[in-house]
Amino acid sequence: MWRQAKWNEPLIFELNKSGAARQGFLINKDEEIRSQIKEMKIPKNLLRENEPDLPSLSELEVVRHFVRLSQMNFGVDIGIMPLGSCTMKYNPKIEEKATAITEFHHPLEDEDYIQGILEMIYELQNWFSEITGMDECSLQVPAGSAGEFAGVLMIKKYHEEHNRNYKDTILVADTAHGTNPASAAMAGYKVMYVKSNAEGLVDMDILREIVNDKTAGFMLTNPNTLGLFEENILEISKIIHSTNAVLYYDGANLNGVLGIARPGDMGFDIVHLNLHKTFAVPHGGGGPGAGAICAKGELVNYLPYPMVEKVNGKYKLSKIPKNSIGKIATFYGNVGNLARSFAYILGLGPQGIQMIGKMSTLATNYLIAKLRDVKELELIAPNRHRKHEVVFSVKQLMENYGVSANDVAKALLDNGFYAPTIYFPPIVEEALMIEPTETETKETLDMFAETLKKIVNDAKINPEQVMKSPNNTSIARLDQAYANHPSTITPTYRVLRLRRLGKIDYLK
Amino acid sequence: MYKHPWLPNLDLTDEMLKEIGVNSLDDLFNDIPAEIKINRLLKVAKDKPLSEYEIEKEIYEKVKKNVELEAPPFIGAGICPHYIPNAVKFIIGRSEFYTSYTPYQPEISQGILQALFEYQSLMAELLEMDVVNASMYDWGSALAEAVLMANRINGKKTVLVPENANPFHKEVMRTWIQGKGIKIEEVKYDKNSGEVDIEDLEKKSSSNDVSAIYVQQPNFFGIFESNIEHIIDVAKHKKALSIIGVNPLSLGLIKPPGSYEADIVVGDGQELGLPLNFGGPLMGIFAVRWDMGLVRQMPGRIVGITRDVNNNMGFTLILQTREQFIKREKATSNITTNEALLALANAVYLSLLGKEGIRELAEEIYFRSHYAAKRLTEIDNVIMPFTSDFFEEFVIKFPIEYNIINDKLKERKLQGGLKLSIHTSLFCVTEVHDKKSIDLLVSTIQEAIKSVETS
Repeated sequence: MWRQAKWNEPLIFELNKSGAARQGFLINKDEEIRSQIKEMKIPKNLLRENEPDLPSLSELEVVRHFVRLSQMNFGVDIGIMPLGSCTMKYNPKIEEKATAITEFHHPLEDEDYIQGILEMIYELQNWFSEITGMDECSLQVPAGSAGEFAGVLMIKKYHEEHNRNYKDTILVADTAHGTNPASAAMAGYKVMYVKSNAEGLVDMDILREIVNDKTAGFMLTNPNTLGLFEENILEISKIIHSTNAVLYYDGANLNGVLGIARPGDMGFDIVHLNLHKTFAVPHGGGGPGAGAICAKGELVNYLPYPMVEKVNGKYKLSKIPKNSIGKIATFYGNVGNLARSFAYILGLGPQGIQMIGKMSTLATNYLIAKLRDVKELELIAPNRHRKHEVVFSVKQLMENYGVSANDVAKALLDNGFYAPTIYFPPIVEEALMIEPTETETKETLDMFAETLKKIVNDAKINPEQVMKSPNNTSIARLDQAYANHPSTITPTYRVLRLRRLGKIDYLK
Repeated sequence: MYKHPWLPNLDLTDEMLKEIGVNSLDDLFNDIPAEIKINRLLKVAKDKPLSEYEIEKEIYEKVKKNVELEAPPFIGAGICPHYIPNAVKFIIGRSEFYTSYTPYQPEISQGILQALFEYQSLMAELLEMDVVNASMYDWGSALAEAVLMANRINGKKTVLVPENANPFHKEVMRTWIQGKGIKIEEVKYDKNSGEVDIEDLEKKSSSNDVSAIYVQQPNFFGIFESNIEHIIDVAKHKKALSIIGVNPLSLGLIKPPGSYEADIVVGDGQELGLPLNFGGPLMGIFAVRWDMGLVRQMPGRIVGITRDVNNNMGFTLILQTREQFIKREKATSNITTNEALLALANAVYLSLLGKEGIRELAEEIYFRSHYAAKRLTEIDNVIMPFTSDFFEEFVIKFPIEYNIINDKLKERKLQGGLKLSIHTSLFCVTEVHDKKSIDLLVSTIQEAIKSVETS
């Protein structure tokens, strides 16, 4: 039986109980320099009066504290993380070596010093263009949502250049990732949702009806978040383009068709990639990721700058698309993570890339097949093959036994699995969104399926027990109301300390 | 292809297809129109999957095409080279952390949640701000989000930004705010001191449309803004939000923004234990005062303390109703993937340094950067154009064109400062620049100047 470590580890501020002076890291002081610069001339009114209340700890105390915390955490290296739309694939260890390319180089160094980095960026720009079927890619964007935002800004500027300021609405599918509408709104657009039909695909009649002159673009992911391929994509492209609107590809789900079909060939004009999903950059507990934003035809002129180009055999960061929306990141995006994807793609080669979509799709459909007899795991359009992910509804468990998708997720945790994405997409009630990825073995998929079956069964026989899970994790279910209440909300230790002293009000 | 280290089921394909009830892999894709299927290998990478040995060789091919410098680069512009303790690298290399996901399942993710809470808390102590989020992409995007946030709060459309704030951050801000019709008005700086021109600031803030006033401390030239508290007062008086950009290391020496009641603080955690990484990933800092109006409009994830059903202390994401996955187009930001692992690195770094270490390190950087400036200005006709005191970065004006100096530095495999104009350059000196390398920089520049004077 799996058990997660439980350390009751104190906050780092409360570790040193002796009050002894300790420091985990000594500063290299140059006495000769200090003897020459005798005093500091900082204006008196600016000097810090109280030293910051940071802990005083030895190196071991700090290391042990954080190693203990790591033991109360769960990553792909521990077990399957079947989070739908997150593509939690294995992160090959060789990737960590690749950061040697970028680690010690400053982004503003002379270009002659960084030809290796620029060559890598240049090659990746070309590889991602080929992979997506687009003309050009900019690697400025540090994550997927930043890519979306860049894409929507490109759409906006493109229409402005063409005097189509009346285009004020971005369409998104009702199955879209929450980032799509959020990105569109940040760029100043109105958002309109396109309903899915009973098959879980974009409803073509509704689409035809709502697309008009005001439509600036349509943000779509394909396969969609139900794991279904939008088979009418060519018709969708026609409808969108008939009003000069732009078709935008949210690359979060590319893994399901990687090497099989390219967004560029489907009719998309702009594509973003999440390299921390499809191209194996580790998720880091939430980040950093990396991204690419790619475009076709006239829209390449709007990509964020700078891009790398080759001029007389030398790589230069000099390419600025003529109508560029500007810069998205302070320098050139998350280049340290681009290096990780670079190593990953080299390891796959063209033959490996071709297998990603196939093997991830195989894993999903295999899992569905293993669970097909469980009638409490319901599917929209059960006869359609899924691609990278599948969304089950446990609505029946909820209705008949009071067991929710959240309860099922917590019960999975108790078995040493991470949980699927839950309650997404919103059109599916009590949704469990599962993306196994191509890197999990058949044996793991079998175990996962068996466990899920068992949980569904337990939910029927002993729902209370499922609702009380998890019990094998570092901590049991958490009180969200307490976490968010204005009288108890505690975002920092400083607030906790001040509250203990009665020196802080309700958050209002 | 029937085996690959990252594809475990290649040899089980038939068995798995049988379970599914189809004959071939292609059958799983029969919903994709034939005309958009790509029936060829993609032209990427090498012509075959590489072994790990071969990948490593390719990596070092790239490393070799870069130039290994004689000394760490003397260039900053917001991110500077620093020594990174091995304990920091070790902790963020724990794969329980780096292969984990955003902690949406808190019971199984207490480790990263507590670590991020501690990052927020350590940063809060340094800034003396009450609420810190779990990271933004970088300083530029944090600044942009702060400006967007100010506009959401007060609906006003003008943001005052000093000319002496980091131009790279301003470039990012310009991109990010273009959809909202927010106008940037630049405030002049005093050409003698290098500090914000208070008169110009007061003049430009007289409009009633000022949404926010931004100041960078120390500013882009590395110079301390000695009137920072007055600037905050101007913002308060005009009911505009004050946004302060900070170099977190400088706060070992100077007053934290919380002590003069800044509304929003932004910055970059790169200087707290992160490599240069060719400019990314970086680590955007974002903090606000204890005010629900501000907290509710904050972008990004926040971790808070709570308790479990057995009354044990635990950690979870809080105030999630601000976020895109719940609020969609009404979210405070579209950000999801952030820089969590680097926030963890900042937390480990600050824990190692502690309250005395941060001051000692800031002092060391102060002394070394002043030593470099002093040595440089001992060369004939080399001057510092600004009179106010500085930290880590500083501007030097040369009697010859900076390009000539740069060429000479390149002969020695040195990376000098950032060229600001024909004759001026912005240098960065930290604890990784020892006396020998500073002296080498100075003597090489001296040589360059001499060679022009004698020719």
